[in-house]
Amino acid sequence: MVEAEAHILEVRGLKKAYGRVTAVDDVSFAVRGGEIVGLLGPNGAGKTTIINMILGVLEPSEGWIQIENRDLRKNKARLLARTNFAAVYAQMPGNLTVRQNLHIFGLIYGVKDLRQRIGEVLREFDLERFADTKCGVLSSGEQTRAGLAKALLSLPRLLLLDEPTASLDPSSARIMRSKIKAYGRQPGVGTLWTSHNMHEVSEVCDRVLFLSRGKLLLTGNPKTLPAEHGKGDLEELFIAIAREPLSVKQREHP
Amino acid sequence: MNLRRAYAIFLRQIFLLRGSPTRLFQIFVWTLLDIVLWGFITQYLNSVAAAKFSFLPVFLGAVVLENFLTRVQQGVAVAFFEDVWSRNFLNVFASPLRVSEYLAGLVSTSVITSAVALVAMMLLAGAVFGLSLLSLGALLIPFLLILLLFGVALGIFATAVVLRFGPASEWFVWPIPMILAPFVGVFYPIATLPSWMQAVSWALPPSYVFEGLRGVVLEGRFSAGLLALGVALALTYVALAYGLFRLVYRTVIRRGLIARYSAETVS
Repeated sequence: MVEAEAHILEVRGLKKAYGRVTAVDDVSFAVRGGEIVGLLGPNGAGKTTIINMILGVLEPSEGWIQIENRDLRKNKARLLARTNFAAVYAQMPGNLTVRQNLHIFGLIYGVKDLRQRIGEVLREFDLERFADTKCGVLSSGEQTRAGLAKALLSLPRLLLLDEPTASLDPSSARIMRSKIKAYGRQPGVGTLWTSHNMHEVSEVCDRVLFLSRGKLLLTGNPKTLPAEHGKGDLEELFIAIAREPLSVKQREHP
Repeated sequence: MNLRRAYAIFLRQIFLLRGSPTRLFQIFVWTLLDIVLWGFITQYLNSVAAAKFSFLPVFLGAVVLENFLTRVQQGVAVAFFEDVWSRNFLNVFASPLRVSEYLAGLVSTSVITSAVALVAMMLLAGAVFGLSLLSLGALLIPFLLILLLFGVALGIFATAVVLRFGPASEWFVWPIPMILAPFVGVFYPIATLPSWMQAVSWALPPSYVFEGLRGVVLEGRFSAGLLALGVALALTYVALAYGLFRLVYRTVIRRGLIARYSAETVS
Protein backbone atom coordinates (compact mmCIF):
# COMPACT_ATOMS: atom_id res chain seq x y z
CA MET A 1 0.00 0.00 0.00
CA VAL A 2 1.30 3.45 -0.90
CA GLU A 3 1.34 5.75 2.11
CA ALA A 4 -0.55 9.00 1.57
CA GLU A 5 1.65 12.08 1.30
CA ALA A 6 1.75 14.16 4.47
CA HIS A 7 0.04 17.54 4.66
CA ILE A 8 2.20 20.37 3.41
CA LEU A 9 -0.48 22.91 4.28
CA GLU A 10 -3.36 22.57 6.68
CA VAL A 11 -5.88 25.30 7.40
CA ARG A 12 -8.58 24.91 10.05
CA GLY A 13 -11.50 27.16 10.94
CA LEU A 14 -9.92 30.12 9.20
CA LYS A 15 -11.85 33.37 9.57
CA LYS A 16 -11.08 36.97 8.75
CA ALA A 17 -13.46 39.74 9.68
CA TYR A 18 -13.08 43.47 9.13
CA GLY A 19 -15.56 44.91 11.56
CA ARG A 20 -18.94 43.56 10.51
CA VAL A 21 -17.69 42.35 7.15
CA THR A 22 -16.52 38.74 7.09
CA ALA A 23 -14.11 38.17 4.22
CA VAL A 24 -13.34 34.53 5.06
CA ASP A 25 -15.61 32.42 7.20
CA ASP A 26 -14.69 29.10 8.82
CA VAL A 27 -12.59 27.73 5.96
CA SER A 28 -10.77 24.44 6.43
CA PHE A 29 -8.72 22.47 3.91
CA ALA A 30 -5.41 20.76 3.42
CA VAL A 31 -2.86 20.38 0.63
CA ARG A 32 -0.83 17.18 0.51
CA GLY A 33 2.62 16.65 -0.90
CA GLY A 34 2.59 16.26 -4.69
CA GLU A 35 -0.88 17.75 -4.86
CA ILE A 36 -1.98 20.86 -6.78
CA VAL A 37 -5.15 22.33 -5.32
CA GLY A 38 -7.19 24.98 -7.10
CA LEU A 39 -8.78 27.71 -5.01
CA LEU A 40 -11.69 28.99 -7.07
CA GLY A 41 -14.39 31.55 -6.68
CA PRO A 42 -15.75 34.79 -8.07
CA ASN A 43 -14.04 38.12 -7.44
CA GLY A 44 -14.22 39.00 -3.77
CA ALA A 45 -14.85 35.42 -2.68
CA GLY A 46 -11.88 35.49 -0.29
CA LYS A 47 -9.17 33.66 -2.27
CA THR A 48 -6.50 36.34 -1.98
CA THR A 49 -7.41 36.94 1.67
CA ILE A 50 -6.72 33.25 2.37
CA ILE A 51 -3.40 33.42 0.49
CA ASN A 52 -2.40 36.56 2.40
CA MET A 53 -3.11 34.79 5.70
CA ILE A 54 -1.00 31.81 4.62
CA LEU A 55 1.79 34.24 3.66
CA GLY A 56 1.69 35.78 7.13
CA VAL A 57 0.82 39.31 5.95
CA LEU A 58 -2.71 39.13 7.32
CA GLU A 59 -3.62 37.87 10.77
CA PRO A 60 -6.63 35.54 10.91
CA SER A 61 -9.44 36.58 13.24
CA GLU A 62 -9.92 32.89 14.11
CA GLY A 63 -8.48 29.52 13.14
CA TRP A 64 -4.99 28.29 12.48
CA ILE A 65 -2.57 27.54 9.67
CA GLN A 66 0.03 24.80 9.71
CA ILE A 67 2.80 24.37 7.17
CA GLU A 68 4.52 21.00 7.36
CA ASN A 69 2.66 20.37 10.63
CA ARG A 70 4.06 23.47 12.33
CA ASP A 71 2.04 26.45 13.49
CA LEU A 72 2.66 29.43 11.22
CA ARG A 73 2.24 31.99 14.01
CA LYS A 74 4.98 30.42 16.12
CA ASN A 75 7.42 29.57 13.30
CA LYS A 76 6.77 32.31 10.77
CA ALA A 77 10.31 32.99 9.51
CA ARG A 78 11.21 29.31 9.39
CA LEU A 79 8.05 28.26 7.54
CA LEU A 80 8.02 31.19 5.13
CA ALA A 81 11.57 30.24 4.15
CA ARG A 82 10.01 27.02 2.82
CA THR A 83 7.11 28.81 1.14
CA ASN A 84 7.08 31.07 -1.88
CA PHE A 85 4.49 32.74 -4.04
CA ALA A 86 3.74 34.49 -7.30
CA ALA A 87 0.86 36.87 -7.82
CA VAL A 88 -0.12 39.34 -10.51
CA TYR A 89 -0.33 42.10 -7.89
CA ALA A 90 3.12 41.43 -6.40
CA GLN A 91 5.60 41.93 -9.17
CA MET A 92 9.27 42.35 -8.42
CA PRO A 93 10.51 45.95 -8.09
CA GLY A 94 10.78 47.53 -11.52
CA ASN A 95 13.88 49.57 -10.66
CA LEU A 96 16.20 46.55 -10.37
CA THR A 97 17.20 44.06 -13.03
CA VAL A 98 15.81 40.53 -13.07
CA ARG A 99 19.17 39.16 -11.89
CA GLN A 100 19.49 41.74 -9.08
CA ASN A 101 15.96 41.01 -7.86
CA LEU A 102 16.56 37.27 -7.91
CA HIS A 103 19.83 37.82 -6.02
CA ILE A 104 18.06 39.85 -3.31
CA PHE A 105 15.21 37.36 -2.89
CA GLY A 106 17.65 34.46 -3.02
CA LEU A 107 19.47 35.95 -0.04
CA ILE A 108 16.21 36.57 1.81
CA TYR A 109 15.05 32.98 1.25
CA GLY A 110 18.47 31.51 2.09
CA VAL A 111 18.97 29.87 -1.31
CA LYS A 112 22.10 27.72 -1.47
CA ASP A 113 24.51 28.04 -4.42
CA LEU A 114 22.61 31.18 -5.32
CA ARG A 115 24.40 32.17 -8.53
CA GLN A 116 23.96 28.68 -9.96
CA ARG A 117 20.30 28.57 -8.94
CA ILE A 118 19.66 32.00 -10.49
CA GLY A 119 21.14 30.68 -13.74
CA GLU A 120 18.82 27.66 -13.57
CA VAL A 121 15.61 29.65 -13.11
CA LEU A 122 16.62 32.18 -15.76
CA ARG A 123 16.97 29.28 -18.21
CA GLU A 124 13.84 27.54 -16.93
CA PHE A 125 11.67 30.62 -17.48
CA ASP A 126 13.35 31.75 -20.68
CA LEU A 127 14.66 34.92 -19.05
CA GLU A 128 18.38 34.69 -19.84
CA ARG A 129 18.25 37.48 -22.40
CA PHE A 130 16.42 39.72 -19.89
CA ALA A 131 18.69 38.91 -16.94
CA ASP A 132 20.27 42.37 -16.91
CA THR A 133 17.11 44.24 -17.92
CA LYS A 134 15.18 46.20 -15.32
CA CYS A 135 11.94 44.47 -14.41
CA GLY A 136 10.00 47.68 -14.98
CA VAL A 137 10.67 47.66 -18.72
CA LEU A 138 9.65 44.04 -19.26
CA SER A 139 6.30 43.27 -20.86
CA SER A 140 3.60 42.08 -18.46
CA GLY A 141 4.11 38.49 -19.62
CA GLU A 142 7.87 38.71 -19.04
CA GLN A 143 7.27 40.22 -15.61
CA THR A 144 4.96 37.32 -14.82
CA ARG A 145 7.70 34.87 -15.82
CA ALA A 146 10.17 36.77 -13.66
CA GLY A 147 7.72 36.50 -10.74
CA LEU A 148 7.43 32.76 -11.29
CA ALA A 149 11.22 32.49 -11.41
CA LYS A 150 11.36 34.23 -8.02
CA ALA A 151 8.65 31.89 -6.68
CA LEU A 152 10.58 28.76 -7.68
CA LEU A 153 14.05 30.16 -6.93
CA SER A 154 13.95 28.89 -3.36
CA LEU A 155 12.59 25.42 -4.30
CA PRO A 156 9.65 25.94 -1.91
CA ARG A 157 7.80 23.10 -0.21
CA LEU A 158 4.63 25.17 -0.35
CA LEU A 159 3.95 27.13 -3.53
CA LEU A 160 1.16 29.70 -3.60
CA LEU A 161 0.12 30.97 -7.01
CA ASP A 162 -2.49 33.71 -7.33
CA GLU A 163 -3.56 33.79 -10.99
CA PRO A 164 -0.02 33.00 -12.14
CA THR A 165 -0.77 32.90 -15.85
CA ALA A 166 -3.19 35.85 -16.03
CA SER A 167 -0.84 38.03 -18.11
CA LEU A 168 0.54 35.31 -20.36
CA ASP A 169 -0.39 34.57 -23.96
CA PRO A 170 -1.89 31.09 -24.51
CA SER A 171 1.38 29.60 -25.73
CA SER A 172 3.47 30.97 -22.85
CA ALA A 173 0.70 30.06 -20.39
CA ARG A 174 0.80 26.44 -21.55
CA ILE A 175 4.57 26.28 -21.19
CA MET A 176 4.47 27.86 -17.71
CA ARG A 177 1.65 25.56 -16.63
CA SER A 178 3.64 22.51 -17.61
CA LYS A 179 6.71 23.74 -15.74
CA ILE A 180 4.76 24.55 -12.59
CA LYS A 181 2.89 21.26 -12.89
CA ALA A 182 6.14 19.34 -13.12
CA TYR A 183 7.45 21.14 -10.04
CA GLY A 184 4.22 20.74 -8.09
CA ARG A 185 4.04 16.99 -8.78
CA GLN A 186 7.18 16.35 -6.79
CA PRO A 187 6.63 14.54 -3.52
CA GLY A 188 6.97 16.91 -0.61
CA VAL A 189 5.73 19.92 -2.60
CA GLY A 190 2.23 21.27 -2.16
CA THR A 191 0.70 23.88 -4.48
CA LEU A 192 -2.29 26.14 -3.98
CA TRP A 193 -3.38 27.78 -7.22
CA THR A 194 -6.03 30.38 -7.89
CA SER A 195 -7.23 31.04 -11.40
CA HIS A 196 -10.27 32.19 -13.30
CA ASN A 197 -9.27 30.05 -16.26
CA MET A 198 -11.33 26.88 -15.75
CA HIS A 199 -9.61 25.10 -18.62
CA GLU A 200 -6.29 25.67 -16.87
CA VAL A 201 -7.68 24.49 -13.54
CA SER A 202 -9.05 21.29 -15.08
CA GLU A 203 -5.72 20.62 -16.71
CA VAL A 204 -3.50 21.29 -13.71
CA CYS A 205 -5.36 20.76 -10.45
CA ASP A 206 -5.93 17.47 -8.67
CA ARG A 207 -8.63 18.98 -6.50
CA VAL A 208 -10.54 22.23 -6.39
CA LEU A 209 -12.07 24.23 -3.56
CA PHE A 210 -14.97 26.50 -4.48
CA LEU A 211 -15.32 29.62 -2.37
CA SER A 212 -18.23 32.02 -2.38
CA ARG A 213 -18.69 35.01 -0.09
CA GLY A 214 -15.87 33.81 2.13
CA LYS A 215 -17.25 30.32 2.65
CA LEU A 216 -16.00 27.05 1.25
CA LEU A 217 -18.91 25.59 -0.71
CA LEU A 218 -17.59 22.62 -2.63
CA THR A 219 -14.52 20.53 -2.97
CA GLY A 220 -13.67 17.72 -5.35
CA ASN A 221 -11.97 16.52 -8.49
CA PRO A 222 -12.26 19.21 -11.20
CA LYS A 223 -12.89 16.53 -13.82
CA THR A 224 -15.83 14.89 -12.04
CA LEU A 225 -17.24 17.69 -9.90
CA PRO A 226 -19.28 19.40 -12.67
CA ALA A 227 -21.18 16.22 -13.52
CA GLU A 228 -21.83 15.54 -9.83
CA HIS A 229 -23.66 18.86 -9.74
CA GLY A 230 -25.47 18.52 -13.03
CA LYS A 231 -23.20 20.86 -14.95
CA GLY A 232 -21.47 20.34 -18.28
CA ASP A 233 -18.06 21.60 -17.30
CA LEU A 234 -16.15 23.45 -14.61
CA GLU A 235 -16.89 26.85 -16.08
CA GLU A 236 -20.64 26.18 -15.95
CA LEU A 237 -20.30 25.09 -12.33
CA PHE A 238 -18.25 28.21 -11.57
CA ILE A 239 -20.91 30.47 -13.07
CA ALA A 240 -23.66 28.71 -11.12
CA ILE A 241 -21.73 29.18 -7.88
CA ALA A 242 -20.98 32.82 -8.66
CA ARG A 243 -24.63 33.60 -9.41
CA GLU A 244 -26.49 31.35 -7.02
CA PRO A 245 -24.16 29.85 -4.45
CA LEU A 246 -26.99 28.56 -2.29
CA SER A 247 -28.45 26.42 -5.07
CA VAL A 248 -25.19 24.55 -5.49
CA LYS A 249 -24.75 24.20 -1.77
CA GLN A 250 -28.26 22.74 -1.50
CA ARG A 251 -27.49 20.17 -4.15
CA GLU A 252 -24.51 19.07 -2.16
CA HIS A 253 -26.50 18.81 1.07
CA PRO A 254 -30.12 18.14 0.05
CA MET B 1 18.94 37.69 13.55
CA ASN B 2 19.88 36.29 10.16
CA LEU B 3 22.59 38.62 8.84
CA ARG B 4 22.24 37.28 5.29
CA ARG B 5 18.66 38.53 5.15
CA ALA B 6 19.63 41.94 6.59
CA TYR B 7 22.41 42.08 4.01
CA ALA B 8 19.82 41.46 1.27
CA ILE B 9 17.98 44.64 2.26
CA PHE B 10 21.28 46.55 2.38
CA LEU B 11 22.36 45.16 -0.99
CA ARG B 12 19.07 46.17 -2.60
CA GLN B 13 19.78 49.78 -1.62
CA ILE B 14 23.35 49.55 -2.92
CA PHE B 15 22.06 48.21 -6.26
CA LEU B 16 19.65 51.16 -6.41
CA LEU B 17 22.34 53.73 -5.54
CA ARG B 18 24.82 52.22 -7.98
CA GLY B 19 22.40 52.34 -10.85
CA SER B 20 20.98 55.81 -10.24
CA PRO B 21 22.93 59.10 -10.30
CA THR B 22 19.90 60.97 -8.92
CA ARG B 23 19.91 58.81 -5.79
CA LEU B 24 23.65 59.43 -5.31
CA PHE B 25 23.12 63.14 -5.90
CA GLN B 26 20.50 63.49 -3.16
CA ILE B 27 22.97 62.15 -0.58
CA PHE B 28 25.21 65.20 -1.10
CA VAL B 29 23.30 68.06 -2.63
CA TRP B 30 21.44 69.60 0.32
CA THR B 31 24.18 68.97 2.84
CA LEU B 32 26.86 70.56 0.66
CA LEU B 33 24.61 73.55 -0.12
CA ASP B 34 24.14 74.03 3.62
CA ILE B 35 27.89 73.97 4.17
CA VAL B 36 28.44 76.61 1.48
CA LEU B 37 25.64 78.82 2.84
CA TRP B 38 26.69 78.59 6.49
CA GLY B 39 30.36 78.77 5.62
CA PHE B 40 29.89 82.22 4.11
CA ILE B 41 27.53 83.33 6.89
CA THR B 42 30.20 82.29 9.40
CA GLN B 43 32.94 84.12 7.51
CA TYR B 44 30.81 87.25 7.51
CA LEU B 45 30.06 86.97 11.25
CA ASN B 46 33.76 86.55 12.00
CA SER B 47 34.52 89.70 10.01
CA VAL B 48 31.89 91.93 11.65
CA ALA B 49 31.52 90.59 15.20
CA ALA B 50 35.12 90.92 16.37
CA ALA B 51 34.39 88.13 18.84
CA LYS B 52 37.06 86.58 21.03
CA PHE B 53 36.37 83.24 19.40
CA SER B 54 35.91 81.92 15.88
CA PHE B 55 32.35 81.26 14.78
CA LEU B 56 33.66 78.58 12.47
CA PRO B 57 33.49 75.50 14.72
CA VAL B 58 30.49 76.81 16.70
CA PHE B 59 28.33 77.53 13.65
CA LEU B 60 29.75 75.64 10.71
CA GLY B 61 30.82 72.68 12.88
CA ALA B 62 27.30 72.55 14.32
CA VAL B 63 25.82 72.66 10.81
CA VAL B 64 27.98 69.68 9.76
CA LEU B 65 26.82 67.71 12.80
CA GLU B 66 23.18 68.70 12.37
CA ASN B 67 23.29 67.68 8.72
CA PHE B 68 24.78 64.34 9.73
CA LEU B 69 21.80 63.75 12.05
CA THR B 70 19.39 64.68 9.27
CA ARG B 71 21.15 62.39 6.79
CA VAL B 72 20.93 59.42 9.15
CA GLN B 73 17.22 59.95 9.78
CA GLN B 74 16.41 60.48 6.12
CA GLY B 75 18.74 57.65 5.06
CA VAL B 76 16.59 55.17 7.00
CA ALA B 77 13.38 56.76 5.71
CA VAL B 78 14.45 56.89 2.04
CA ALA B 79 15.57 53.24 2.14
CA PHE B 80 12.11 52.37 3.49
CA PHE B 81 10.41 54.54 0.87
CA GLU B 82 12.11 52.56 -1.88
CA ASP B 83 9.83 49.68 -0.88
CA VAL B 84 6.81 52.00 -0.74
CA TRP B 85 7.52 53.55 -4.13
CA SER B 86 8.14 50.21 -5.85
CA ARG B 87 5.14 48.53 -4.12
CA ASN B 88 7.42 45.88 -2.75
CA PHE B 89 5.88 45.39 0.70
CA LEU B 90 4.12 42.14 -0.14
CA ASN B 91 7.32 40.59 -1.53
CA VAL B 92 9.30 41.79 1.48
CA PHE B 93 6.93 40.94 4.31
CA ALA B 94 5.53 37.70 2.84
CA SER B 95 9.01 36.26 3.15
CA PRO B 96 11.13 34.85 5.99
CA LEU B 97 12.48 38.34 6.70
CA ARG B 98 12.01 39.44 10.32
CA VAL B 99 11.26 43.03 11.32
CA SER B 100 14.64 43.26 13.07
CA GLU B 101 16.44 42.09 9.91
CA TYR B 102 14.51 44.52 7.73
CA LEU B 103 15.33 47.45 10.00
CA ALA B 104 18.96 46.37 10.31
CA GLY B 105 19.19 46.46 6.51
CA LEU B 106 17.66 49.96 6.35
CA VAL B 107 19.89 51.26 9.16
CA SER B 108 23.10 49.84 7.69
CA THR B 109 22.26 51.53 4.37
CA SER B 110 21.76 54.81 6.17
CA VAL B 111 25.03 54.46 8.10
CA ILE B 112 26.96 54.08 4.85
CA THR B 113 25.24 56.94 2.98
CA SER B 114 25.47 59.25 6.02
CA ALA B 115 29.16 58.45 6.51
CA VAL B 116 29.81 59.31 2.85
CA ALA B 117 27.89 62.59 3.24
CA LEU B 118 29.80 63.40 6.45
CA VAL B 119 33.17 62.88 4.77
CA ALA B 120 32.07 65.08 1.84
CA MET B 121 30.90 67.82 4.24
CA MET B 122 34.13 67.70 6.24
CA LEU B 123 36.23 67.86 3.08
CA LEU B 124 34.29 70.84 1.71
CA ALA B 125 34.23 72.67 5.05
CA GLY B 126 37.96 72.04 5.45
CA ALA B 127 38.99 72.93 1.91
CA VAL B 128 36.88 76.08 1.49
CA PHE B 129 36.45 77.43 5.04
CA GLY B 130 39.35 75.88 6.95
CA LEU B 131 37.16 74.00 9.44
CA SER B 132 38.63 70.82 10.89
CA LEU B 133 36.24 68.80 13.03
CA LEU B 134 39.07 66.34 13.52
CA SER B 135 40.60 68.90 15.86
CA LEU B 136 37.94 67.78 18.36
CA GLY B 137 39.93 64.56 18.61
CA ALA B 138 38.35 61.58 20.35
CA LEU B 139 35.39 63.72 21.40
CA LEU B 140 34.11 63.50 17.86
CA ILE B 141 33.33 59.82 18.45
CA PRO B 142 30.66 60.28 21.18
CA PHE B 143 29.28 63.32 19.36
CA LEU B 144 28.78 61.29 16.16
CA LEU B 145 27.58 58.24 18.08
CA ILE B 146 24.81 60.19 19.80
CA LEU B 147 23.70 61.77 16.53
CA LEU B 148 23.86 58.45 14.69
CA LEU B 149 21.77 56.65 17.30
CA PHE B 150 19.20 59.42 17.55
CA GLY B 151 19.04 59.71 13.75
CA VAL B 152 18.35 55.97 13.57
CA ALA B 153 15.62 56.33 16.20
CA LEU B 154 14.00 59.21 14.29
CA GLY B 155 14.25 57.27 11.03
CA ILE B 156 12.59 54.18 12.48
CA PHE B 157 9.92 56.33 14.16
CA ALA B 158 9.17 58.09 10.86
CA THR B 159 8.93 54.82 8.92
CA ALA B 160 6.60 53.38 11.58
CA VAL B 161 4.28 56.37 11.08
CA VAL B 162 4.32 55.95 7.29
CA LEU B 163 3.79 52.19 7.60
CA ARG B 164 0.73 52.81 9.76
CA PHE B 165 -0.85 55.72 7.89
CA GLY B 166 0.15 54.92 4.32
CA PRO B 167 2.08 56.67 1.55
CA ALA B 168 0.16 59.95 1.97
CA SER B 169 1.88 60.48 5.34
CA GLU B 170 5.29 60.66 3.65
CA TRP B 171 5.35 64.46 4.13
CA PHE B 172 5.65 63.83 7.87
CA VAL B 173 9.19 62.47 7.51
CA TRP B 174 10.95 65.45 5.97
CA PRO B 175 10.44 68.28 8.52
CA ILE B 176 11.29 66.24 11.65
CA PRO B 177 14.86 67.62 11.96
CA MET B 178 13.57 71.19 11.45
CA ILE B 179 10.95 70.71 14.16
CA LEU B 180 13.64 69.57 16.59
CA ALA B 181 16.26 72.19 15.60
CA PRO B 182 14.99 75.02 17.86
CA PHE B 183 15.06 72.71 20.89
CA VAL B 184 18.47 71.10 20.50
CA GLY B 185 20.47 74.33 20.46
CA VAL B 186 22.32 73.95 17.19
CA PHE B 187 23.33 77.63 17.11
CA TYR B 188 22.74 78.87 20.66
CA PRO B 189 23.12 77.61 24.22
CA ILE B 190 20.14 75.79 25.68
CA ALA B 191 20.14 78.38 28.49
CA THR B 192 18.92 80.92 25.90
CA LEU B 193 15.59 79.11 25.69
CA PRO B 194 12.60 79.61 28.01
CA SER B 195 12.41 77.04 30.78
CA TRP B 196 9.70 74.88 29.19
CA MET B 197 11.77 74.60 26.01
CA GLN B 198 14.86 73.76 28.05
CA ALA B 199 12.96 70.85 29.61
CA VAL B 200 12.27 69.52 26.12
CA SER B 201 15.88 70.17 25.06
CA TRP B 202 17.39 68.03 27.80
CA ALA B 203 15.16 65.16 26.75
CA LEU B 204 16.70 65.26 23.25
CA PRO B 205 20.15 63.66 22.81
CA PRO B 206 21.47 66.12 20.17
CA SER B 207 21.29 68.90 22.81
CA TYR B 208 24.16 67.17 24.63
CA VAL B 209 26.21 67.19 21.45
CA PHE B 210 25.74 70.86 20.59
CA GLU B 211 26.21 71.96 24.19
CA GLY B 212 29.31 69.77 24.34
CA LEU B 213 30.66 71.26 21.13
CA ARG B 214 30.27 74.81 22.45
CA GLY B 215 31.81 73.79 25.78
CA VAL B 216 34.92 72.42 24.09
CA VAL B 217 35.34 75.25 21.56
CA LEU B 218 34.50 78.23 23.77
CA GLU B 219 35.62 77.10 27.23
CA GLY B 220 37.90 74.15 26.53
CA ARG B 221 35.87 71.82 28.76
CA PHE B 222 33.38 69.02 28.34
CA SER B 223 31.31 66.88 30.66
CA ALA B 224 31.84 63.15 30.17
CA GLY B 225 28.78 62.57 32.36
CA LEU B 226 26.54 64.62 30.08
CA LEU B 227 27.87 62.84 27.00
CA ALA B 228 27.22 59.46 28.65
CA LEU B 229 23.68 60.64 29.42
CA GLY B 230 23.29 61.65 25.78
CA VAL B 231 24.37 58.19 24.62
CA ALA B 232 22.03 56.50 27.12
CA LEU B 233 19.12 58.71 26.02
CA ALA B 234 19.82 58.02 22.34
CA LEU B 235 19.90 54.26 22.99
CA THR B 236 16.58 54.56 24.83
CA TYR B 237 15.03 56.33 21.83
CA VAL B 238 16.33 53.58 19.49
CA ALA B 239 14.68 50.95 21.71
CA LEU B 240 11.42 52.95 21.86
CA ALA B 241 11.37 53.48 18.09
CA TYR B 242 12.02 49.78 17.47
CA GLY B 243 9.21 48.88 19.87
CA LEU B 244 6.88 51.30 18.09
CA PHE B 245 7.73 49.85 14.66
CA ARG B 246 7.01 46.31 15.91
CA LEU B 247 3.72 47.46 17.39
CA VAL B 248 2.72 49.19 14.15
CA TYR B 249 3.78 46.13 12.15
CA ARG B 250 1.52 43.89 14.28
CA THR B 251 -1.33 46.37 13.79
CA VAL B 252 -0.99 46.51 10.00
CA ILE B 253 -0.80 42.71 9.82
CA ARG B 254 -3.97 42.45 11.90
CA ARG B 255 -5.78 45.05 9.80
CA GLY B 256 -4.53 43.74 6.47
CA LEU B 257 -2.79 46.98 5.51
CA ILE B 258 0.36 45.34 4.12
CA ALA B 259 -1.61 43.62 1.40
CA ARG B 260 -3.60 46.76 0.63
CA TYR B 261 -1.00 49.36 1.46
CA SER B 262 -1.97 51.89 -1.19
CA ALA B 263 -5.53 51.91 0.15
CA GLU B 264 -4.22 53.28 3.52
CA THR B 265 -7.25 51.83 5.28
CA VAL B 266 -9.42 48.76 4.84
CA SER B 267 -12.56 50.34 6.22
